[in-house]
Amino acid sequence: MTEPHTLSPLDLATPDKTFLDANELVINMGPQHPATHGVLRVILRLDGEKVMGLECVIGYLHRGVEKIAENRTYTMFNPYVDRMDYVAAVSNGLGYCETVEKLLGVEAPPRAQYIRVILAELNRMASHQLWLGTHALDIGAITPLFYTFRDREEILKIFEKYCGARLTTHAFRIGGLQYEAYDGFEKDVKKFVAFVAPKIDEYEELLTTNRIWVERTKGVGVISAKDAIALGVTGPVLRASGVKWDLRKAQPYANYKNFDFEIPTGQNGDTYDRYLVRMAEFRQSLRIIQQAVDGLPEGPVMAKVPKVMKPPVGEVYHSIEAPKGELGYFIVSDASTQPYRVRVRPPSLVNLQALDVMCRGAMVADVIAVIGTLDIVLGEVDR
Amino acid sequence: MVAKFKRQYGSGVEPLTHLGQNYMVVDRSLIPEILQILHNEEQFDYCVDLTAVHYPQRDKQFDVVWVLYSFPRNERIRVTTRIADGETLPSSVPIWATTNWLEREVFDMFGIKFDGHPDMKRILLPDGWKGHPLRKDYGILQQDNEWVQINLGIESGQ
Repeated sequence: MTEPHTLSPLDLATPDKTFLDANELVINMGPQHPATHGVLRVILRLDGEKVMGLECVIGYLHRGVEKIAENRTYTMFNPYVDRMDYVAAVSNGLGYCETVEKLLGVEAPPRAQYIRVILAELNRMASHQLWLGTHALDIGAITPLFYTFRDREEILKIFEKYCGARLTTHAFRIGGLQYEAYDGFEKDVKKFVAFVAPKIDEYEELLTTNRIWVERTKGVGVISAKDAIALGVTGPVLRASGVKWDLRKAQPYANYKNFDFEIPTGQNGDTYDRYLVRMAEFRQSLRIIQQAVDGLPEGPVMAKVPKVMKPPVGEVYHSIEAPKGELGYFIVSDASTQPYRVRVRPPSLVNLQALDVMCRGAMVADVIAVIGTLDIVLGEVDR
Repeated sequence: MVAKFKRQYGSGVEPLTHLGQNYMVVDRSLIPEILQILHNEEQFDYCVDLTAVHYPQRDKQFDVVWVLYSFPRNERIRVTTRIADGETLPSSVPIWATTNWLEREVFDMFGIKFDGHPDMKRILLPDGWKGHPLRKDYGILQQDNEWVQINLGIESGQ
């Protein structure tokens, strides 16, 4: 276990001399490295095995999504947002559709809102399952990967039955949903909730008190609440540092205010607490899904939206609680059919910035654990 | 709060609301002071996002936008300032550490420099790249051909 660091995030300079007066060692990790979850390059500065500082080099997956948006109509850009955080495509779509709806001044009908919440929460679980499987794999526990992917499959099956796609779903449309829920949707979701609830206990049995897991995660990658806020870190990483903040409660969007759920928090801001927070989020997501499917109203799923969308001149910022943190869209309209500017505020990019602060003073092997615990998706970091 | 700013700075600050969201257009010269006050006195402790918008027809071509959030007040505000091409802005890294990468991205995409930034270089595009892609005069198929030919050894990336 390493001691918690005391560096302030503003202290960007590190000493040149190492502990033993030896030269520091600069090691390149990535961009092709299995534990970086994509094409992330990290330049590590080491004193023996101790990390003195690191620099992230990103942009290997830059596709210019924001530029593309300026050359597409509002509707045409909708599928592109799925390609940013491709393991939580539904959340990306929800954020985008709600932002454009805000600009247009329309609201999705209640039934559409409920189905949106169900799919978004299912996607949150799928995203967390993928995170848990790969994070545990990085640290050396192979078994959880098979467990989580087995159960994630059930979520993807529901997505496939609903909209035909498993990953880049394009599930929502501006103004509501294109498709009414298929026959048996409610039954499938209820069946899934009953199926997965005991499975979460299974994951916890594998890891929570596992001695190797605890040794590798407790006290690793600590970030204080103050540092986390200064660095703009959001999502489970912020909550594990003890800040009880979730956009679903703080500034409710969709119809989250109708549901009863809690915001799990941690105390120590270490890798173990972030694991516990996400495990608790699984259970809260299940609670929300259960309530939404029980209260699913009848009615239309699409609001009245003009075929050619020309939102009035103006700009709007809207954000949602994506599985990884605050996902925001800033859209400027010039009353034409294409957005004048679309800015995506990606949670992964901003959270990744904290990697340096979290790894200072840790061992090289801990860097792998911290990259895993941040739960980044490079498609979203680079856009 | 906004009324207080208005009293204190007069025409330098213009508070506006659109679709229920508050933002203010602030004169370039007042930016360092206003951001500092928003952070220290008005408790806007979290800088959500920093971005820019390009209006090539205007004299002052760029809108630079800070999206701020306050945890204690559960409130958002946007601060917008207008600057001309080539004009710089003071870095807000000492106020919000999170703006480090965000300012680099604005520089990368728009070519707006931030004075006092600890490491003002490109973030997404390669260091030797020419041009700033999110400017309106940069075509969607445009690229730095020279860079592509030298570094990738191919005629064109298209």
